[in-house]
Amino acid sequence: MSVFTLPQAEKEAVLLAQLSELTEHHRANCEPYDRILAASGFTKAESIADLPWLPVRLFKTLDLKSIPDDEVFKVLTSSGTTGDVSKIYLDKAAAAEQQKRLAATVQTAIGPKRLPMILVDTKAMLKDRRSFSARGAGVLGMSTFGRDHVWALDMDGHVDVEALRGFLAKHGDQPFLIFGFTFLVWLHLYEVALEHKLDLSNGILIHSGGWKKLIDQAVSPEEFRARLAGVGLTRVHNYYGMVEQIGTIFLEGPDGGALYCPDFADVIIRDPETWAELPPGKPGLIEVISTLPTSYPGHVLLTEDLGVVHGIDDGAWPGKRFSVLGRLPRAEARGCSDTYRSAA
Amino acid sequence: MTELQRLRDAFRTALDLPADATVDDLRYQDNEKWDSLAHMSLVATIEDEFSVMIDTDDVIGMSSFDEAVRILGKYGVDVK
Repeated sequence: MSVFTLPQAEKEAVLLAQLSELTEHHRANCEPYDRILAASGFTKAESIADLPWLPVRLFKTLDLKSIPDDEVFKVLTSSGTTGDVSKIYLDKAAAAEQQKRLAATVQTAIGPKRLPMILVDTKAMLKDRRSFSARGAGVLGMSTFGRDHVWALDMDGHVDVEALRGFLAKHGDQPFLIFGFTFLVWLHLYEVALEHKLDLSNGILIHSGGWKKLIDQAVSPEEFRARLAGVGLTRVHNYYGMVEQIGTIFLEGPDGGALYCPDFADVIIRDPETWAELPPGKPGLIEVISTLPTSYPGHVLLTEDLGVVHGIDDGAWPGKRFSVLGRLPRAEARGCSDTYRSAA
Repeated sequence: MTELQRLRDAFRTALDLPADATVDDLRYQDNEKWDSLAHMSLVATIEDEFSVMIDTDDVIGMSSFDEAVRILGKYGVDVK
């Protein structure tokens, strides 16, 4: 069952109603959020682009939640490049819902059955089970979709070729799942598969984590796909998501080369100077929209990532097709959160 | 050994609990031993013990001992 079904106009009508309601819910239950909206003069949205956004960075400086303290079930944190930490508060309902929606999204790509799985990472990530890094938490979350897991890297971070060979001897003739962060897949799976002639042709790769490290090595997303196809890996899904909208991921479609928005989420590209919505083809800041954040006001967030919409209702799945291009240079990003800090 | 005893033992093994621990009232993340990491090992232990393959939605839905009993029923394992 797919969660990529709604054409754009239909999706926007559904989302506008749900998100307007969610905006009122958060205003009534999160006092700092209500103050920000009051200061901005917001009353009512006529379209999803009218919905008031918060800069994602605000979750690093303010405690924003719409639930009483005794209903906090989980606090998720992410360390940013500056060392500041976002704090995201979930109650039981929000925690269960985000996991279900993430599962529905991933199952669109891999089906309902758990597949034998290669984790392109090291188990050392999970050594301290009381405090996983964001990377460890990501790997563990994705491991739900697999079984008979094998770690591609040993405890010291070296590629475990024998473990990979053993896995492929056992599972390589049927569909299997591969998950890892993009640069680890490139460094520790692609190059090793090439060198040792590992057959990955039944693999379905899901990867995330940004292109910066690869672009530093002059590897573009197109080249990444082309080179992986060279070791038989043709079913490849990149995704984009963030802890501030946990459970929502934008997934690369079967046609490759662009990310799609699930039915409960969308993106809007904005001009970084005027905040005006930009049409397809024009790069700008990515605003992410999702109905999942019910316990904290994270349903409409302006990220510090640059992206571009390639087209609407013209790809393998309905809705917007877009790409992430990289980070906004930091000085400009700081300016945008200052606007809101003074309003708050 | 009955299916019920086998399931109780699977929980004790996977969650690293004493051999005489009461597990029938356990709920995911209410017990500190049953965290997300232990959950994956619990699922693998149950799959091995009962020779079943549990779908993703049921891995996510297995939020208590009682739910595990109900889910195993779907796979033809009558736990009593």
